[in-house]
Amino acid sequence: MADDSAQQVRRESGGVLEVRNLVKDYKVRGAHKKIRAINDVSFTLEAGKTIALVGESGSGKSTIAKSIMQLVKPSEGQILLDGKPIARHGAGLRRYRKDVQMVFQDPFGSLNPFHPVGHHIERPLRIHRAVPEGMTIEEKVHELLERVNLTPAADIAPRRPHELSGGQRQRVAIARALAPGSRFLVADEPVSMLDVSIRLGVLNLLARLQRQENLGVLYITHDLATARHFSDEIMVMYRGDVVEQGPSDEVILNPQHEYTKTLLAAAPNPERIGQMRDEVRAEFAAAAAKD
Amino acid sequence: MPEQTTATQTPAGAPGSVVDESAGGGVPTATTTAPAPAGTPAARRKIRFRKPSAKLVVGLSLLGAIVLFALFGPLIGQFDPRDSSNPALVPPDSTYWMGTTSLGYDVFAQLAVGARTSLFVGITAGLLAVTLSILFGVVAGYVGGWTDEVLYTIIGVMLVIPGLPLAIVISTLVPGRSALLVAAILGVTGWAGSAVVLRKQAQSLRNRDYVAASRIAGERPLRIVAVEILPNLLPLLTAQFLFGVIFAILGEAGLSYLGLGPTGSISWGTILNEAQAGGALTRGAWWWFIPPGILIALVGTSLALINFSIDEVINPKLRAAPAAARSVRKAREARDEQSKEATA
Amino acid sequence: MSVDQKREPVITARNVSIEYEVEPVVKAVRDVSLTLYRGEILGLCGESGCGKTTLAYGLNRLLRPPALMTGGEIVFHDKSGTDIDVRALDDQQMRAFRWDKVSMVFQGAMNSLNPVIKIRAQLFDVFTTHRPEMGNEEKEKRSRELLGLVGVDPDRIDSYAHELSGGMRQRVMIAMALALEPQLMIMDEPTTALDVVVQREIIREIMRLREIFGFAVVFITHDLPMLLEISDHVAVMLDGEIVERGTSEEIYTNAQHEYTRRLLSSFPSLTGERGGFVRGEEEVA
Repeated sequence: MADDSAQQVRRESGGVLEVRNLVKDYKVRGAHKKIRAINDVSFTLEAGKTIALVGESGSGKSTIAKSIMQLVKPSEGQILLDGKPIARHGAGLRRYRKDVQMVFQDPFGSLNPFHPVGHHIERPLRIHRAVPEGMTIEEKVHELLERVNLTPAADIAPRRPHELSGGQRQRVAIARALAPGSRFLVADEPVSMLDVSIRLGVLNLLARLQRQENLGVLYITHDLATARHFSDEIMVMYRGDVVEQGPSDEVILNPQHEYTKTLLAAAPNPERIGQMRDEVRAEFAAAAAKD
Repeated sequence: MPEQTTATQTPAGAPGSVVDESAGGGVPTATTTAPAPAGTPAARRKIRFRKPSAKLVVGLSLLGAIVLFALFGPLIGQFDPRDSSNPALVPPDSTYWMGTTSLGYDVFAQLAVGARTSLFVGITAGLLAVTLSILFGVVAGYVGGWTDEVLYTIIGVMLVIPGLPLAIVISTLVPGRSALLVAAILGVTGWAGSAVVLRKQAQSLRNRDYVAASRIAGERPLRIVAVEILPNLLPLLTAQFLFGVIFAILGEAGLSYLGLGPTGSISWGTILNEAQAGGALTRGAWWWFIPPGILIALVGTSLALINFSIDEVINPKLRAAPAAARSVRKAREARDEQSKEATA
Repeated sequence: MSVDQKREPVITARNVSIEYEVEPVVKAVRDVSLTLYRGEILGLCGESGCGKTTLAYGLNRLLRPPALMTGGEIVFHDKSGTDIDVRALDDQQMRAFRWDKVSMVFQGAMNSLNPVIKIRAQLFDVFTTHRPEMGNEEKEKRSRELLGLVGVDPDRIDSYAHELSGGMRQRVMIAMALALEPQLMIMDEPTTALDVVVQREIIREIMRLREIFGFAVVFITHDLPMLLEISDHVAVMLDGEIVERGTSEEIYTNAQHEYTRRLLSSFPSLTGERGGFVRGEEEVA
């Protein structure tokens, strides 16, 4: 198919997902004012690269994810794929969805409890005709499940989501996001609801798939440590603004913006054992000395 | 000392939630958090369906008996329900199993044919009501915006118009009423309540991540409603259908009793109507009006029982309630035992 | 008051076992012993379902059936010098004991504030129940004091819960837990639902208050780096058992149990070397 070969060319050249001057205002019900969720955000995500978007809840990270995924309509600004503005509906939007996919935060909410695991992966395969010739849908579903380490795939596919653990579900969600043959992945806090001891496993899985597929990943998180280790670049968001952006080590080890510094200071760090206790005691001692 | 204060209740109220949490996190560890062995899900599924609840068994048997009666009753009865050549007001005996009416109709034959009409009206009206409530409720809830405003206004109007009086008005306007028309009237007047519930549910489901995920996957809206949303509403829809059927059977009986039922057909309601007109009560002809009343009540009971048991299957909390209560009792007894030993 | 006082225990749990009497029985806590010293912060760490919350509730006898303490003893060493066998208290005594000697702040506690009652009334309730002799004026004074202590403007006493942010509400909960100057506070994920910056402010507040009142804290969370940073001692729970315990330094630098090490390695270092984690080994389903 002609479309396929075009896809091939783009994949080799990598491709870019570009967010340009994105603004999103939410109307407040019953009032005439608006709340600005994101304010003039621009960045470029290249294939094979990971950008981490860090910030606290309400900073606008999720709104960026939703805007990229066309779940909300940006108030201003543009999103471009390979230099072309993306379509807002119809066949154009479908083509866009084949390229850009998302992994949600809550592995319990993002899979329909009514449908078996296989259904969730089969649908995007069918919608985007992403099964290579000479392969049945079932084989492709199994292949995807195996790629996310859900084995034996034949045993997992017919199960319902509630029969899986949180980590397993999140793997299903990742397999689903990869199914159409996506080139870009938005991962919205993909491990924050998982048990700590399995978080790195899921992140490492994402990292491996990213390398294998040369994916561009937008990793949204509030965890600075994984943001640093998992991504090439970090963007720090504060109340809708990107306040700092740069190579991850740079941002973490040599923060420039006040807010980044506050965030870093607030992040738990076992290397500071007892430090807070000592500081508090010192405060009291100083106060006592004054009296 | 009154402990019912917010502050002290807060910590005291905590174990409820926390025990739930740890039960949620603790108990299923073996089943969900750990990689489940291959055989587990199948085994669990088997357990779930092995033992249907007593409610379900009773409800289904009752309903089954009534449906069988509707299907085969007219065949085994020896008399035509409209044959008035029998003696009038005979109490039940070996010839007239359920006695006869003042016009000489065989009550058994009338009940059997009436069962067909009543069930037909009930099921048809139930289906119609559910269809309408899906069309209005789910679409309004899922699509939102202006569509929702318009549909919700219609739902609201239908909700405040009292159903039975409206049905009476419509029935009076239409001179010749088939059973189908009566069913349609009852269906059209009885869906708004369900639609309100469905709209709320659809609004909540619309915001689920899995719906967003299907949109991202590229699913079309209609498919999202049909494949992602409706199946999760299935238990609710079933419940609404069953109640719709009960409502319609009662409604039909009511309309028929007022002489506004299906013209020319026999239903449990028309039997009651004729019994009233024929002075069954004053003449002590209990076999004339009690059996149709009981049948109506039994259909209602059986559908309600089925409904409850569906609830239990769907809502694990309800299903687990008896077992949970047992566990609580067991633990409480053990604890009391302990404290007795401690004081002794 | 200083925390450097000699190591005097405030609560001792010996061989505590707690089961959920469901089919099949779930052993949530197995044979756990621990001693908590006055003014000490004990971090209790483990993943969901490890029994840490159940244990904490057991300490305060807040378990509700089907949870049942099947064995062990819990002794509270009161400041007055008397030892209280927590399990032997009758309901009346238990009500007096709870909140007065041991109080609790739990995850999402801030959402349990009644939204339609003013903060004042909710603080007053604590005193009305446990200090019936207190007059309204004294209650008002004490309530405002408490709010000031936890870093909430005392004038917010006239606010309703919904007018306060999550962090503020959690501070109010801590104020309530402090109201009777308990000797032990059990905090179950008190800051998990909050943003890191707010979380840190609140934890700092707790550390400050500990210096003032000298209460001991059982701090429960799955966030091991945070626990290590703030706790004097850390206990790691796995499947209902405490598999390792020690000072924060010991746990951090010299963890013995394989599970502790795995937990530690689950948190990549923020500022350290870009080492082991970087897209390294993968956990298999």
